[in-house]
Amino acid sequence: MGIFTELTKKPWLADPSADEGLNIQGTSFLPTGKVALRFLLCTISVIFILTIIGYADRMYFPTWKPMPEPWMLWINTALLIASSVAMQWATKSCRRNILTSVRDGLLIGGILSFAFIIGQLYVWEQLAGLGYYASLNMANGFFYLLTALHGLHLLGGLVAWGRSVYKLLRGASVVDIRLSVELCTTYWHYLLIIWLILFGLLLIS
Amino acid sequence: MSEGIMDETGVVPPAETEEVYLYHAKSFWTKWVFSQDAKIISIQYSATAILIGLVGLVLSWLMRLQLGFPETFSFISPESYYQYVTMHGMIMVIYLLTALFLGGFGNYLIPLMVGARDMVFPYLNMLSYWTYLLAVLILAASFFVPGGASGAGWTLYPPQSILEGTPGSFWGIILMLVSLVIFIIGFTMGGLNYVVTVLQARTRGMTLMRMPLTVWGIFVATILALLAFPALFVAGIMSMLDKLIGTSFFMPEIIQAGELLGHESGSPLLFQHLFWFFGHPEVYIVALPAFGVVSDIISTHARKNIFGYRMMVWAIVIIGGLSFIVWAHHMYVSGMNPYFGFFFATTTLIIAVPTALKLYNWVLTLWKGNIHLTIPMLFCIAFILTFLNGGITGLFLGNVAVDIPLSDTLFVVAHFHMVMGIAPVLVIFAAIYHWFPLMTGRYLHEGWGQFHFWVTFLGSYLIYFPMHYLGFVGVPRRYFEIGETSFIPPSAATLNEFITIMVLIVGFAQVVFIANILISIFKGKLSGENPWKATTLEWQGATTPPGHGNFGDELPVVYRWAYAYSVPGVEADYVPQNLAPDKVKKSS
Repeated sequence: MGIFTELTKKPWLADPSADEGLNIQGTSFLPTGKVALRFLLCTISVIFILTIIGYADRMYFPTWKPMPEPWMLWINTALLIASSVAMQWATKSCRRNILTSVRDGLLIGGILSFAFIIGQLYVWEQLAGLGYYASLNMANGFFYLLTALHGLHLLGGLVAWGRSVYKLLRGASVVDIRLSVELCTTYWHYLLIIWLILFGLLLIS
Repeated sequence: MSEGIMDETGVVPPAETEEVYLYHAKSFWTKWVFSQDAKIISIQYSATAILIGLVGLVLSWLMRLQLGFPETFSFISPESYYQYVTMHGMIMVIYLLTALFLGGFGNYLIPLMVGARDMVFPYLNMLSYWTYLLAVLILAASFFVPGGASGAGWTLYPPQSILEGTPGSFWGIILMLVSLVIFIIGFTMGGLNYVVTVLQARTRGMTLMRMPLTVWGIFVATILALLAFPALFVAGIMSMLDKLIGTSFFMPEIIQAGELLGHESGSPLLFQHLFWFFGHPEVYIVALPAFGVVSDIISTHARKNIFGYRMMVWAIVIIGGLSFIVWAHHMYVSGMNPYFGFFFATTTLIIAVPTALKLYNWVLTLWKGNIHLTIPMLFCIAFILTFLNGGITGLFLGNVAVDIPLSDTLFVVAHFHMVMGIAPVLVIFAAIYHWFPLMTGRYLHEGWGQFHFWVTFLGSYLIYFPMHYLGFVGVPRRYFEIGETSFIPPSAATLNEFITIMVLIVGFAQVVFIANILISIFKGKLSGENPWKATTLEWQGATTPPGHGNFGDELPVVYRWAYAYSVPGVEADYVPQNLAPDKVKKSS
């Protein structure tokens, strides 16, 4: 039942002997973890949207000096895309109940994500080596801030990923970890989209 | 899972729903300290919020001592005065009101009122409290660091908040920002729990439109908080980076004492936008749970169904939505484009419509009700009057032409204290008097409650009505000492003395209230089960106070809405939500 249909009900007229709502434990068909993740992603989206609005607002100022675009960022982007694909493979394998593929997909996805973070740190080092410090120009500050926020969210995801891998290594079945894998995959896709937006913003500025 | 098929008598068999995971504590530490039970976490949240709130209260006394009797107290310096102002504001808005309404009442009432055994993520819920406590400790620690706490004003506007010359412009502001960021992380853990528990863990029959308005208020306020706090989070981090590594998110080029500082092109206005994008929904993060609580209490104590339940739900949702498009009415004097001012003035006036609708509905609920003037009811009536007062002065300030001359005067201070200080605090008192018997099995002392109510209610008006007048004649806010000013009459000083004396008297009433709680926990009159004859589920549990798992062996099944009071043709003047239709005794 849609939320608007629900909100137009008149509970004071309802017949208490009718079985309205009696066949539910909660109302959503989604697992609780998925509902929570959706709300979490909304919260995280506000963080990025507001920061991006700040970025977009300031980039038209005459003092704005765009950052260079190190080639390493392209490699990092490829790593994150590959990591997302691997996570998707893990999820698909869950649905087909192929434990070895789930394990492989999950491990590859996580390792590629670690590689992405190391790559981002390398970019930071490269830029700092060239004298692009965060305090030098607002464009620099926003670059370091956005990449740090994104990287920290990915690290948070890797904690959840670590728990899934731990369960898998302890002999959990596909059924046991299916929800965790699906949640990780959704989160990875989300962070990939965020990264593509950030990277695009960097390129156009 | 059962399909909820009724038997011949029209009664649904006991719930055969899947039990949610319920953590069972095995030791003293996991039961009472690192507890995962939402009721214990609620008490932890409430106790911490009230303790830090008392610190905020004492700070307000110190501020008022300075304003009422300037040049009398040598220990109050201009620097410490600004620190009192800043810390008082931040403590009261974030660490007391937000934490108490959502962390305190949310944790206690949501699972009980929707018929759940606990929150859906109990471990995360526990982490939420300990993260909140860490944030409070860091904030409190800022009093003791070199330079003391931040004195930048509770809005923490850069550049002055992080520049030398402002009290606490190094460690003070850093600890404040770190504390806020940690608070938001902790709140997010708790907030996800509140929202998802409402959506996923309601018992059978508890449809959304059968939920008590308290749950609706907390639910929508939590969604607002989940969407608004990120703005403060981002602003806090950027401000911290400006301070610590010299970035220029908010810091323009500044020459200080003849020296050009290293910042360039930052936008202080960007901070203001971020701050108020959080700051205005924050008003409703506090107000919406208060609205819900008032609705439930007046309905129960007037023995009458809430007037316009569906309208009340819609009003909560609409207010929540509109609260995100009014933020810049806090920034009329920042030099914004007049067209923006017009837009934000319009949205501000529009949000008054659903809010006024709620006020009408409360009054219409009382109309011809069987009103019991219990202490919770008195506080609710006081809330309705106070919120109306604060709301009307809000309409003044929402209008650009009126706001500009009144900006930064005591009129603004009086307005927001009425609308989001006194009004929600009156509801907190109402809620504590109402649900104390549920939590302890005892009443709070009636006589002390009457004293507490009348002194707090009348005293608040004697504080803030004169303060409106002072603002109207031009007395500015945030001034350590006004001195001799041509446009301010000498009588303003006398009025300031009067306000200070009233503040101390009202403060004393709160000491009596705390004493009442502490004594009544052990020696209060026994209340028995469901002393207010309420319909909602929290009063229908197997034991009072509710035990671990809330509802004994079986979860309740809900048959009706939460406001079945004085139903025609029914013997009792209330029908609990979980009473099966065939067990309702008809009047002869």
